[in-house]
Amino acid sequence: MERAPQIEVRGVAMGYGEFVVQSDLNFSVGKGDVFIIMGGNGCGKTTLMRALIGLQRPAAGTVRYDGEDFWGATEEGRERMKRRLGIMFQGGALWSSLTLAENVALPLAEYTDFPPARIAEIVSFKLALVGLAGFEDFYPSELSGGMKKRAGLARAMALDPDILIIDEPSSGLDPLTARRLDDLILELRDSLGTTIIVISHDLSSILAIGSDSIYLDADTRTMIATGNPREALRTGDPRVRHFLTRGSQ
Amino acid sequence: MTLAHEAAAGEAGRKLELRRPAEDSLEVVLSGRWCLDGTLPARDAVERELGAGVRRLTFAAGALGEWDSGLLTFLAGVLKACAARGVAVEQGGLPEGVRHLLAMASAVPEQKVPQRDAAAQSLPARVGKATLELVRGAPAMLRFLGEITLSFMRFFSGRAHFRMSDLWLEVEQVGPRALPIVSVISFLVGLILAYLGADQLKLVGAQIFIADLVAIGMVREVGALMTGIIIAGRTGAAFAAQLGTMQVNEEIDAFRTLGISPVDFLVLPRMLALMLMVPLLTLYAGFVGMFAGLVVSVTIFDISLFEYYNETLRALELKHFWVGLSKGTVYGAMVAFAGCLRGMQCGRSAEAVGEAATSAVVTGILLITIAASVMTIVYYQLDI
Repeated sequence: MERAPQIEVRGVAMGYGEFVVQSDLNFSVGKGDVFIIMGGNGCGKTTLMRALIGLQRPAAGTVRYDGEDFWGATEEGRERMKRRLGIMFQGGALWSSLTLAENVALPLAEYTDFPPARIAEIVSFKLALVGLAGFEDFYPSELSGGMKKRAGLARAMALDPDILIIDEPSSGLDPLTARRLDDLILELRDSLGTTIIVISHDLSSILAIGSDSIYLDADTRTMIATGNPREALRTGDPRVRHFLTRGSQ
Repeated sequence: MTLAHEAAAGEAGRKLELRRPAEDSLEVVLSGRWCLDGTLPARDAVERELGAGVRRLTFAAGALGEWDSGLLTFLAGVLKACAARGVAVEQGGLPEGVRHLLAMASAVPEQKVPQRDAAAQSLPARVGKATLELVRGAPAMLRFLGEITLSFMRFFSGRAHFRMSDLWLEVEQVGPRALPIVSVISFLVGLILAYLGADQLKLVGAQIFIADLVAIGMVREVGALMTGIIIAGRTGAAFAAQLGTMQVNEEIDAFRTLGISPVDFLVLPRMLALMLMVPLLTLYAGFVGMFAGLVVSVTIFDISLFEYYNETLRALELKHFWVGLSKGTVYGAMVAFAGCLRGMQCGRSAEAVGEAATSAVVTGILLITIAASVMTIVYYQLDI
C-alpha cells in the first residue's frame, strides 16, 4: 500500500479566545491509514477535527492535504479540498427535515449529474451497507441514536470520499453494532483505499482498527505520537498505556 | 484524658466521642447509626479539638451501626480540616467500605479551574461588557445580511440550492396556519379603532368618519404592524428554535462541510416564505379590521351598512393598499432576518436555543418598530 502522507498537520494550536485547548500538534496521516485521534473527555479531540474539516480556523500552524495548504487556500480551494472529505458527526447530524434517503441523496444530487433513479440505487446500497436497508423513508427523529449514527456514516460515504473522518463512531452503540461498524470501517479502507481518521476514546475499537494514532493529553495540552495503538499498549508512553489499560498500568 | 462529647445521642444511639489518648493526638469514636435521614452532628467540636495542638488523628468505629453518605460527608469534612492543618490521619479504625469510598473521592485532585467571573460584578463593568457585546454583535449582523444578499443573488440567477418543498412547507406554516390568530387580533384591533374613533368623532358630530379611520388605519398601518408582531412571536421564535436546534445537532456544520450554503438551504426558503405571506396576511388583516369596524358602527353607533360601505370606498385609495403591502413585506423580511440570525448564532445547548428564540422575538419586534417609523416618515414626506 502506498504510504505518502496524505494529511500533514504542522505546529497546529487550537483554542477558544485566550484558552488554549491544544498546541504544537504535528502528525501526518498516510494514505490507507486508519488513524486514531484518542484522548480523554474534553482534551480537544473534536476541536482538532473541526480544524481538519474547515469549521474552525486553528490559532496557529498548517494543515495540508496532499501538500496543499488547507487554511492558507482561497475559499474555493478549501471547498475543493473539503469535497474529498466525508464526515460523520458525533450524533449523526442528519438533517432533520429530510428522510434518510434524502439525507444521503443530497450530496449526490449536489455534486454529481446522476439521474434520480441512479441516485436512489446508490442511496439504498449505502444504507444497506450500514445495516439500514428499508429505512429510506424514515425521518431522523424516528430512529434510535445508534441508527442515526450509522445513517450519518452512510451520508459521509455517499460520495466515496478519499478521506473519511469519523467522530466517536462507537459511543452509544451496543458492542455488536460497534463491532459491525469497525468491520465496515476496515472494509472501506481495504476495498476502496479510503483513508480514515477516527476520533475515539473507545478502547476496543481503537485497538481493533487503528493502524496509527496520536494521544491528546489534557494535562500538558499537547499530543503524544503513539503509532500503532496495539504497540502503544505494550511499549508506549506511560500516560498512553495508562489510558489504553483503563488506568490499571 | 477523655473528653466525652455527645451530640444528640438520642437517635438510635448515634454518638460522636472525642478522646485525647495522648497530648498531641485525637481519637474520634463513632457509634450508632450514621445516616442522612437523621440530624448529624456538626464538625465544629472536632475542628475545635484539632485547633488545640493535635498532630495525629485516629478513628475508632467498633460500635458503628448502619451508615451512608451522611457519615462519608462528615468524614470528608474532617479529613479536609486535617489536611488544612497538617494533621496526620490514620484511617485504620474506619470500616473498609468507608475507607475505599473516601479514597475514591480523593483520587482525582480538585481541579484548579480559572475563577468564573460570573459572580458579583460592578454595574459599570456590566454595562461596559454589554456595550462591547453589542458592538461586537454588529459586524456579525452585517455579515449575515451580506450572506443573505448573496444568497438572494444566487436565487435570482437560479443557482441557489434549496428544495421547493421546503419553501411550500414554510409558506403553509407561516400563512394559512396563522390565519386564526391574525383574524382574532385584527378583528379586535378594528373594533378598538372604531370605538376610539366613535368617541372622538362624536365631539364634532361626524361619526361616519369611523369608516375612514378604520379603513385607512387598518390597511396602511395597523394591519401590517399587528401581523408583523404576531408573526415575530409565532414564526420568528420558531425559526430561531429550529435553526438553533440544527446548530446543536451539528446539522449546520454538516451543510458547511459539504460545501452547501446553510443560508441558501435553510434561511432563503424561510425568508421568501415570510416575504410572500406577511403582505397577504396584512391585506387579510385589513379586511377583517374593516369588517369589525362595520359591525361596531352598524350595531352600536347607528350608521347604516350602506353609508359605512360607501364611506369606506370613498376613503380607500389604491396607494393605501400599496403602503400596507410594502410594510408587510418589509416586516416579514425583518422577522425572518431576526429569527434566522439568532438561530444561526445559537450556542450548543438547550438553554442557548431558548435564548435564541427569545432574542429572535425581541430583535424582530425592535426591527419592525424601527422600520415602521422610518417608513411612515418617508411615506409622509413623499406624500404617499
